[in-house]
Amino acid sequence: MTSGIDLQNSFLQSLQGFGLPPGLAKLFWIPLPSILMIIGATVGVLVVVWLERKISAAAQQRIGPEYAGPLGVLQPVADGIKLVFKEDVVPAKADPWLFTIGPVLVVLPVFLSYLIVPFGQNLVITDINVGIFLWIALSSIAPIGLLMSGYASNNKYSLLGGLRAAAQSISYEIPLSLAVLAIVMMSNSLSTIDIVEQQSGYGILGWNIWRQPVGFLIFWIAALAECERLPFDLPEAEEELVAGYQTEYAGMKFALFYLGSYVNLVLSALVFSVLYLGGWDFPIPLENVADWLGVVPTTSWLQVIMAALGITMTVLKSYFLIFIAILLRWTVPRVRIDQLLNLGWKFLLPVALANLLITAGLKLTFPMAFGG
Amino acid sequence: MNLAEGVQYISFLILAFLVIGAALGVVLLSNIVYSAFLLGGVFLSISGIYILLNADFVAAAQVLVYVGAVSVLILFAIMLVNKREDFSKIPGRWLRNLSTALVCAGIFALLSTMVLITPWQINETGPFVENTLVTIGKHFFSDYLLPFELASVLLLMAMVGAIILARRDLIPELSQEDKTSTALTLPERPRELTSASK
Repeated sequence: MTSGIDLQNSFLQSLQGFGLPPGLAKLFWIPLPSILMIIGATVGVLVVVWLERKISAAAQQRIGPEYAGPLGVLQPVADGIKLVFKEDVVPAKADPWLFTIGPVLVVLPVFLSYLIVPFGQNLVITDINVGIFLWIALSSIAPIGLLMSGYASNNKYSLLGGLRAAAQSISYEIPLSLAVLAIVMMSNSLSTIDIVEQQSGYGILGWNIWRQPVGFLIFWIAALAECERLPFDLPEAEEELVAGYQTEYAGMKFALFYLGSYVNLVLSALVFSVLYLGGWDFPIPLENVADWLGVVPTTSWLQVIMAALGITMTVLKSYFLIFIAILLRWTVPRVRIDQLLNLGWKFLLPVALANLLITAGLKLTFPMAFGG
Repeated sequence: MNLAEGVQYISFLILAFLVIGAALGVVLLSNIVYSAFLLGGVFLSISGIYILLNADFVAAAQVLVYVGAVSVLILFAIMLVNKREDFSKIPGRWLRNLSTALVCAGIFALLSTMVLITPWQINETGPFVENTLVTIGKHFFSDYLLPFELASVLLLMAMVGAIILARRDLIPELSQEDKTSTALTLPERPRELTSASK
């Protein structure tokens, strides 16, 4: 199954049609997907910030932002501009180098992880063999950034906040990886494209969510904890902790932390939809429908429609998950740090291990249904 | 030299510069926290070199294990052990420095002879591995089975030991007379959990 548009070749050919040499055309192509993805991620963050305000307002029976643009759509932009123009304060006794690099180290790996998110058959920056493993590996860099910013602030609250944040990310990474490992075992591949393809073919019935009912819960809990979303937002619980590792941060550096957390939320939702909800797959197996109607899969209008549908489906699924995450924020009380660690190590980890073991057993017993 | 080779060459130069510079920083800087962060940088750059060598799985594993686990552990250790100690004058200190220098020079000589006598010419027509994961898995379960199993048993032992240490169920009650012998017992008492106090 190699359907889908070959964007790279079409782009290169059209550029060469203008008389450019192939090497130069390739040079123009290389940064294009990455830039598109960065713009997409940033716009996604703006949308999430707006959604968060609107949904939480609705949950509390308020109106939320409404003056900046229609329905307050421009509110996140206004926030961003405000943060850009704020004074960038570095405390006198802070370590200026580490203080500056810390937020960058938190944000960069998250953006880098967008390498592996597929929006369609060929709509992905790189399809690498170790895709989902790379995502887990990159998300393990963030604790270093948190520790760095906590240490560099030269402040005991920040240092403790940094240590707590790092402990939280480390303890929730293990159940997360084990949940992902069960999926990987069923798909026989670490590549995100293969994982989606293994789920496609039967529409909504083939999605991994039916075969991994425990796994997706573990994954979503651990992903929320990794993003420091609300039941687990201890490192940045502003009202009780002197704001954790970001106590001393102001202006754009503070904004970088929030950007990183929101980009991570969008990314986790995207990866969730890839792993458990069939990625770009439509709930009805569209290939079969096109086949019954007698449309050849290589027809160009069909390919364009499929690509557009793929992007829409991926984004829709992930925004549905983000909606759930925001609702969770207003329904679930915040956990304490010992409850958080207990939940991670004493409940999620054994359950994830058992889930992995059961998946392996089922895979050996029913190779038809569990990807033999 | 086409575009791909040029990109590879320049990336290699940058990565090599980063590795050497950061490694020198680890050794030469006096602030131990800087050294720990730079060590993370060294590990990251080495994973970049692995990517250049087409070893994608090793690169990702390097980031996960060394940057994500080892560096963070070192940082935790440094930040939690906050002990400042003034170095006292030791009479025969030059002897220690001299022996360290000798050992370092010996290792350097050994490594440089190894670099010089190894035939670095690789067979460029060798088999190109399409899926490194499958190849690694096959090796793990055929000719490298024993080391693989040994490593997993060792890690399991380490994990069980860590859990037993962390639970602290096995520490006997401290009686009054053997308060001095703390060589084999942990100095702390098992802490009452807040949830268990009611």
